[in-house]
Amino acid sequence: MSNSKILANGVDVYYGSKQALFGISMDIKEKEVTALIGPSGCGKSTFLRCINRMNDLIEICKVSGSIKVDNQEIISEKTDVVSLRSKIGMVFQKPNPFPKSIFDNVAYGPTIHGLVDSKNELEEIVHSSLKKAGLFDEVKDRLNEPGTSLSGGQQQRLCIARAIAVNPEIILMDEPCSALDPIATAIIEELIDELRLNYTIIIVTHSMQQAARVSQKTCFFHLGELIETGETNKIFTNPDNTKTQDYITGRFG
Amino acid sequence: MNNSVAKEKIVSLRKKRSLEDMRFKYYGFTAMCLSLAVLVFLLYTIFSKGYTAFQKTIVLLEVDYNQEVLKLTPDSSDEDMEKGKFFRVKKQAIENFFPDLSKSDIKLVKKLFSINVDKEIKDYFLENPEVINTKQQIWVTAHSDVDQLLKGNSRRDVPEDRRKLNDIQLSYVDQLVEENRVKQVFNNFFFTKADSRHPEIAGVAGSFMGSLFTLFTVFILSFPIAIGASVYLEEFAPKNRITELIEVNISNLAAVPSIVFGLLGLGVLLNVFGLPRSTPLVGGSVLALMTLPTIIIACRASLKAVPPSIKEGALAVGATKTQAVFHHVVPLALPGTLTGTIIGLAQALGETAPLIMIGMIAFIPNIPTGLTEPSAALPVQIYLWVESAERGFQEKSAAAIMIILIFLFMMNAIAVFLRNRFERKW
Repeated sequence: MSNSKILANGVDVYYGSKQALFGISMDIKEKEVTALIGPSGCGKSTFLRCINRMNDLIEICKVSGSIKVDNQEIISEKTDVVSLRSKIGMVFQKPNPFPKSIFDNVAYGPTIHGLVDSKNELEEIVHSSLKKAGLFDEVKDRLNEPGTSLSGGQQQRLCIARAIAVNPEIILMDEPCSALDPIATAIIEELIDELRLNYTIIIVTHSMQQAARVSQKTCFFHLGELIETGETNKIFTNPDNTKTQDYITGRFG
Repeated sequence: MNNSVAKEKIVSLRKKRSLEDMRFKYYGFTAMCLSLAVLVFLLYTIFSKGYTAFQKTIVLLEVDYNQEVLKLTPDSSDEDMEKGKFFRVKKQAIENFFPDLSKSDIKLVKKLFSINVDKEIKDYFLENPEVINTKQQIWVTAHSDVDQLLKGNSRRDVPEDRRKLNDIQLSYVDQLVEENRVKQVFNNFFFTKADSRHPEIAGVAGSFMGSLFTLFTVFILSFPIAIGASVYLEEFAPKNRITELIEVNISNLAAVPSIVFGLLGLGVLLNVFGLPRSTPLVGGSVLALMTLPTIIIACRASLKAVPPSIKEGALAVGATKTQAVFHHVVPLALPGTLTGTIIGLAQALGETAPLIMIGMIAFIPNIPTGLTEPSAALPVQIYLWVESAERGFQEKSAAAIMIILIFLFMMNAIAVFLRNRFERKW
């Protein structure tokens, strides 16, 4: 049994006066893929964005409760958001490479964190990150071309490479395949399976098949509440809650 | 409603809808043609009135650099040569311009030459000191009245008392034309000299430099302030009543009449701070205040247009807010900001009223060499020339308008160039 990496306890989120999450408590294990599923607007993405404090960007958003990453409380004024985010990478729904070269996209994180002292070192990090993201062979001859010139699937893998270049421990993925075709999706899913060996991954997805394929744990959200959480196998074959049952069999959502 | 009725309705309405399409297409086309016609007419008027200003009339004058008359010797030092009596040489040359001139005729002949001729005779000598004691045929500038007559801008078929040149002078000019002692050449004075009371030696160099210095001041003052203000308002400021109030007032400031800024410059910059009057420094400061809102609005619009996903991406890899903004958002907003800045500068270039208020309307016969020297500006120069009674200034004002239009055109070209150069796609 691996250790608890993220421990959420009674997380409430409000957008203005509207409550979006109701007392979410969750235990996420190290080096596992946890899938968050549920119908649109159920709060999965909101919860995901609490973990690296991306919700700070939304002014009307208020988060309360407790989330501990490696036993460190992060829902607090004192949290150093910048170093938190260097520890927790994030991949967004729509690929968002910087309008810079492929190399610069990956090099940006290590550069701002001062992880490298020399150009060679930087090159090494960029190459190894691209390799880990399974993109290196496709782009090694054109690292100076803009990242935006790649295909959608490649852009998304570039974003994954960008996230892992700063050597995070956790990677958050917010519907990373929703803008991709089935082939690109399959490649990313394979990649997630490999990344699991080194990173703790939390993935929000609308595709039940995807959740079943890539995750070990699955959490089902509905209307801002965490209905059920458990081993993926169990959730998809024999859920405890009837709502979960209804959702995964396609009766609502 | 059954199916066939619905179809009929769609068909009948369809005709009306396509007619509407056609109508609006033609409205648009007509509007475009009209505006093009007006533009062509405007440019034609300016060009047809102004192109003659790029030529000046010169007259062949025989000058006798006699050492007695000059009170110089071939061994005189350079300093002495400066002090030579060139006005006597000129006087002699004019007396002998036509054979057997009476005293009153000499006065008339003298008026065919520009006031600048003394200097031209002197400069020719200083450049070629070896011509002492020789007779030289040199081309000197004709008076504006002759210039205008030969260019066809002033009429000769009106009664004598309503003409600048009387009948005798006209016959002299005709004689010069016949003897090929007069010709028209490129008017270098227009581009190298500052304003003058004499149209034939008045140029735009002074006001051009004045405008350049003014725009420089505007850019230096307004660009950094505008970028700072818009980045703060767009990315850092808390969204509350105060920032809202500031935002509304920036838009209000953009609509304030420019003369109000001129009054501000007069009241505060000149009278309270005692900055030098009529200078590009003050003119530029006033125009900078005027263009600030324009640039801020453009800059904020382009900051807003940067997709938030870029900033999120930067923040997600652990960039601080400042890093995310200055590494990613500002560079992407720069093309739009630059375009807005150049539009603001173009607006400042054409502005006259505030400059009049701070005294840049003064008659400045020198080319300014710094920000704190009195100078004119192009639009004010045009205003001054249009006001002048002398016929020679009319073509000058049209030509100065051409210069300012070319200036604007070049600025816009730079804006387009910068936008294409820095624009990135995402």
